[in-house]
Formats: sequence, structure tokens, C-alpha cells
Amino acid sequence: MIAQQLRKCLVTLVFSLVSIAMFSSNENTTLPAQHANEHGQHNTTESHSSGGGLIDTKPEIDAYKKHHLADSHDFSLFSYTDSHGKRKHVGFSLPVIVWSSKGLVTFMSSEFHHNDDGSVIVTKNGAKFAKIHSKIYELDAGATAVKLDNDHHATNAHKVWDFSITKSVLGMLIAGLLMLLLFGGLAKGYKKGPIPTGFSRVLEPLVIYVRDEIARPNIGEKKYRKYMGFLLTVFFFIWILNLLGLTPFGFNVTGNIAVTVCLAIFTFLITTFTANKDYWKHIFWMPGVPVPMKIVLMPIEILGMFTKPFSLLIRLFANITAGHAVVMGLIAVAYTARETLGLAGGFGVSTLLTLFISLIELLVAFLQAFIFTMLSSLFIGMAVEEHDHDHAHDAEVHGAEDNSIV
Amino acid sequence: MNLLNDFSPGLFVMQAVILLILIVLMRKFAWKPILDSLNDREDGIQNALDAAENAKKELQNLQADNERILNEARAERDGMLKEARELKTSMIATAKEEAQAEADKVIKQAQEAIKAEKKAAVADLKNQVAGISVEIAEKVVKNELADKNKQLELVSSLLKDVTLN
Repeated sequence: MIAQQLRKCLVTLVFSLVSIAMFSSNENTTLPAQHANEHGQHNTTESHSSGGGLIDTKPEIDAYKKHHLADSHDFSLFSYTDSHGKRKHVGFSLPVIVWSSKGLVTFMSSEFHHNDDGSVIVTKNGAKFAKIHSKIYELDAGATAVKLDNDHHATNAHKVWDFSITKSVLGMLIAGLLMLLLFGGLAKGYKKGPIPTGFSRVLEPLVIYVRDEIARPNIGEKKYRKYMGFLLTVFFFIWILNLLGLTPFGFNVTGNIAVTVCLAIFTFLITTFTANKDYWKHIFWMPGVPVPMKIVLMPIEILGMFTKPFSLLIRLFANITAGHAVVMGLIAVAYTARETLGLAGGFGVSTLLTLFISLIELLVAFLQAFIFTMLSSLFIGMAVEEHDHDHAHDAEVHGAEDNSIV
Repeated sequence: MNLLNDFSPGLFVMQAVILLILIVLMRKFAWKPILDSLNDREDGIQNALDAAENAKKELQNLQADNERILNEARAERDGMLKEARELKTSMIATAKEEAQAEADKVIKQAQEAIKAEKKAAVADLKNQVAGISVEIAEKVVKNELADKNKQLELVSSLLKDVTLN
């Protein structure tokens, strides 16, 4: 928890530094965006209509950051302008699967030609689709072009159920496949002998760590086994996705609110449906306190049921999003501080700061996976705890603290 | 940033499906065998430790037994030696007593024999003396008996001299 506070302090500090550096530079010299990618992670430059896809000024950088933090329908590593002035994208497109008014429609995202402002219309099965800010819209009947209002909201198109294999879904699939391969290998290794060999030797202590440091102490010796499948899966899923987010491929899966909401809902459902009588009793009719207190505590406890998983989803989302934003901001220092520090100076400062914050992000990647799993098991532990009424109140005090820990 | 606007229901559904499938697959193919193997191994280690502890205890018991047996044997040996020593002393004492008794007996017998011999010798001497006396008396008598008076005188004088034992 201390580490996290420290991290937050650092983030604030770094943010202020970045903004100072950004304001100091307003020039418009261009540098091939390809350069940026050589320089560090998360710099998956993509073209956005104007400016030839170059990200150089503060609004451009802000837009780019926002774009990266959102999910994307294609997997692009970087883009550049060739000698004929044409924009080239390096990467590959991903399948778009949407449920529209005409039923299920699938096509490759390449049909949008990397357009993200709704100006390219794809017609499939009689339905017209446009992509605006990484979201797929279906045009209303009769409309031929997207009309945008002042806030860039489409007025004649509506969102559709989008089951596309987006970059985030791809990331999840990769993480899932990695987990199956790694831990399936570990499981198979036990058939040969009791001691794992090779890389499995690294994985085994991690599994034991989750079991002995997270599940057992929080849920209890008798009941922890039932929840190990969920806890282990979630722990390694979040951790691997966090780490994938630190690679230059620029995944931002755990920084997606939909993903963290889903993870938290799983915890909430498990907590709610495995809870014993004691748990509900402590929510609706707290034992050991006078009746007026019971009535006052009831709504608070009911609210607590929901705030616990809510804190989980916001914490993971905010930490990862902030981490990505800071890394991108620091990389942008190389461009924004070029005038004040010079080309080499800008790149040097940017490299050092990015390296430094990336190391912290490496720690955060683990820490957030740990905290999510830890608190999930704590909530589960509270729900299945058997207590006699002597220390029943203790447990609730614990519960109240939990909300304020991280 | 508008969180609600960023929330993608489609992604949420995909994530839920993927996570659910992943949990099921991981449980079946990874976590169950891994955790079972870990448990088995830990139990095995615990058992081995317990067995070692038991073996140690047994060894200690065995050592204690050995010690006890050794002590018993030593005590028995000491007892036997003591007994033998006592036996020896008592045997010597008995032998001495017996020898004494035998010696006393022999001496007694010898004394008695000597006594008897002495008696016999005295009797024999008496007889011889009597014989010799008779012979002497005969000769004297023969010589003296020529004169009757003399004979009588002699007899009386002889009788005077000889005192019978």
C-alpha cells in the first residue's frame, strides 16, 4: 500500500513535469513517426486523417494518448509516410463482428482503411457501418454519411453490439493461450516427477504464492480450495495482461473499463452466491448492536456489498490507464522538449524518465494483479467466514477497513 | 474522459465469455492437477519427515534398550563374581574345618593306639619279669634247696624285696 501511495506521488510529480515541458514547446517541425517507435513502448502511431499522421504538438499527443487508451479494431505497430506522401501502416487488421439491425455481420477492419472519424462507410448485408473514436456505429436507415454534432457525437447513427476481435480481445486470447500453455506444461510436468523442470520451476512458486499468501490466509484452510480456480486464473490473467501492456505492442486490456467491470462482477457474483447465513445476517441485521444501529447499518452494509467490487474495478482500471498515460507522456517529452533541450537532450530526458517509470510500471503490473486477487479472496473470505458472536463484530470492523485500504 | 461512453458492452461480453472459458479450462487442465500434485508432494514431504522423526525416536529407544541390557549384564556379571568369591571362601573354610576334624581324629586314634601298646608292653614286661623271676627263683631254689633252712630264709628275703605292681 505504501508503494502505491509512493507511486501516486511520483505520478503527480511526473505529470506536472510533463505538462511544463509540453507547454514550453509549440513548434511544428516534423519527424517521421517511425522514429518514435524505435524509442520506446506504446508508441503505436496511427494516422488520423489530418497532419499526415504525425504526432508532434500537444493536442495531437493528447488525441493520440486518448486513442491508444481506447480499444482498437486493428493491430498496428506503427505508421509512416512513404516517399510519395502516402501513409503506410505496419500491422494487421482484425475481424469485426457486430450484431446490427440486419443480424450478425462480419468483415475485416481493414475495410475502414484506418479511418476513425466516421468518414469511411462500410456497407455489409444492407447495413452501413462507420467507425468513430474506435466505436462501430450503424447508420440509421436512409443515411449515407455520418453527421457529427459539435461534440463529435453521431446524430444519425447508433452504436451496435460489437463482438469484434479487437486488440483487447486479441490480448485476452493471447494471455489465455499463454496461461494454458505455461500452466498446462507445469501440470503435465508433475506426471514425470514431483519436481518441475525448466520454466515450470519459476511458475510453481507463483502458484504456491497465490495459494499460501493470498487464498489460504484470507479464505481459510477449509474453504480456500474451491476458489483457487478463479483466484489463480484472475491473478495470472491480470498480471500477464498488465505485462503485455508494457510491451511495444501496446495492449491496454486491463486499462479498459469493460474488462475490469467484468472481472469485478465475477468477484461480486462469487462472493454473493457462496456467502453463508452469517454474511447476510451481518448485512441486514447486524448482531451485537442496538436495534436503531441495526437499521442505520443496513443500508450502509448493502451499499458496501457493491462498493467493494466497485473499488476493485476502478483501482485496476485507473492504475493501468494512468501508467500507460504517464509512459506515453514521457515518450512525448522527446518531441515537446526538443526546442528547449535540443534533439539529443529531449530524447535523453525522455529515455531516462520512461525507463524509470517503466520499471515502476513493472512493479505496478504485479501489484495490481496481487491486490485484485488479494481483495477478491478477502471479500470471499468475509462471505464464507464462520464466526461465533463473540468476535462477530471484529469481522465487520475488518470489512469497513478494507474499503479504505487501497 | 467519459467512462460510460468508453464502456463497450461487446468487449464486456467477450471478456466474460473468455474469462469463463479460461477459468473452466484452467481448472481442468492446470490448476486441479497442479494443486493436487502440490498437495501430494507436501503430504509426501510431511510423511517423510514424520517417518524420519519416528525412526529417530525408535533409534533412541533402541539405544536406551541397549544401554539397559548392558547395565543388566554388567550387574549380573558382578553378582556372579561376588557369588563365586563367596563360594570360594566358604569352600576353603569348610575344607579347613574338615581337615582339622580329620587331624583331630587321627591324633586321637594314635593316642589311643599308643595307650593300648603301652598297656600291652607293660603286661608283656610283667609277664617276662614274672618268668625271669620264676627262673631265677628256680635256680636259686635249686641251689638253696639243699639246705632246708636256707631255702626258707631265701624265700622270705626274696619276698621281702619283691613288691608286686
